Amino acid sequence: MSASPSQQRILPSQQQISREIGELAAAPARGVPQPLLDYPPYRSSLLRHPTKALRHAVPELIERTAPVFGERDIDAVEADLTIQHSGEPLGERMVVTGRVVDADGRPVRGQLVEIWQANAAGRYLHNHDQHHAPIDPNFTGVGRCLTDDDGQYRFITIKPGPYPWRNHDNAWRPAHIHFSLFGRAFTERLVTQMYFPADPLMPYDPISQSITDPAVLARLIARYDHTLSMPETMTGYRWDIVLSGSRRTAMEPEEDQP
Amino acid sequence: MTPAPEPTLNPTLKPTPGQTVGPFFGFALPYEQGPELVTAGVAGAIRLYGTIRDGAGTPIPDALLEIWQPDADGNIIERPGSLQRDGWTFTGFGRAATARDGSYNFTTIEPGPTAAGAAPFIALTFFARGLLDCLFTRIYLPDHPALQNDPLLTALPPDRRQSMIAIRDDHGLRFDVCLQGEAETVWLAFA
Repeated sequence: MSASPSQQRILPSQQQISREIGELAAAPARGVPQPLLDYPPYRSSLLRHPTKALRHAVPELIERTAPVFGERDIDAVEADLTIQHSGEPLGERMVVTGRVVDADGRPVRGQLVEIWQANAAGRYLHNHDQHHAPIDPNFTGVGRCLTDDDGQYRFITIKPGPYPWRNHDNAWRPAHIHFSLFGRAFTERLVTQMYFPADPLMPYDPISQSITDPAVLARLIARYDHTLSMPETMTGYRWDIVLSGSRRTAMEPEEDQP
Repeated sequence: MTPAPEPTLNPTLKPTPGQTVGPFFGFALPYEQGPELVTAGVAGAIRLYGTIRDGAGTPIPDALLEIWQPDADGNIIERPGSLQRDGWTFTGFGRAATARDGSYNFTTIEPGPTAAGAAPFIALTFFARGLLDCLFTRIYLPDHPALQNDPLLTALPPDRRQSMIAIRDDHGLRFDVCLQGEAETVWLAFA
């Protein structure tokens, strides 16, 4: 999107953001298993991250259970994002599939998986997304399914395009699909983003780089799987998801103990 | 109904990390009747509402809240039908996005304690643009005698305790969320 000259003066440069990303990647917090919530290179986080340490709690009964979703809630056609309109959506058609498992590798069955994404041109069907890319009248970008008995989910969709945003000058999000997952316990609730292999925009992106351990960030990158690709039809990507309710660590020493 | 097993001490697989819900979830995650765990006006229905504010005190129009709670008798209802409600089945789950003024609304019932002597509460998961991973907290009912014995609340400094306790008014319960500052909401990490 073309920003006005005054905006360009206000927005930090990619060089500045990349320097901040590099400093935080080398900082002692490196290696934590989750994104840093206090991550200034993502400017929207400045006023929206907790400043006090998270409090450790033993999950109560309600938190060790989770809402149930069933056939009643989901229509089977919701897993195919390419058939929701009368025409064919534009872009690279692909299947995205994988298993949702718990920390012990057991399948998480019958669980709701929701996805949303931009179209092939990098435009969301959201009235606040006004960037200069076309809306595809045949693509909404919203899908839902339930995991099967083996914990598998499966969507047919279009590869989303990268898109610009106003975090800094020349800021572009890598292509990604948003995923929302439940688990067997409410504490396993997860909203995350699936990225694509070898995306050149990843190093410049403060949202993905808020996960400062490269091995942890690698868990968000799908793998191209040629056995999933179908002749004349679509390419295939596999992405497995591990849900675990004990995924948090305190962000700082608990200085406010009574 | 079987509660989920306790988390394992030596998990073999590393958890998938979270990421922000971003700004453009509004066309995907909120759904019709998402905030209506019960129909307004039925016996016992209450309004659970509040405002979400950032570190400058500015209301947040792009946040999403999910609640999970037992029924009035403390029973955990594990039944489908939260996305396609039939108007009769209480499922215990609700989802609400904030409005332009940072406010949210649920229609629900007051939860009962899940065990004798336990303090009743509603579990809350919180998402927002700018928040790099979701956050968890509890909405405790005010004036409940069991609050005095709740291990989590009693371990909190007194000035932070209130942030997890709803305020009762003529409509039901008010629960504001502050992401930073004096009234910063207490967020939970689960062992």
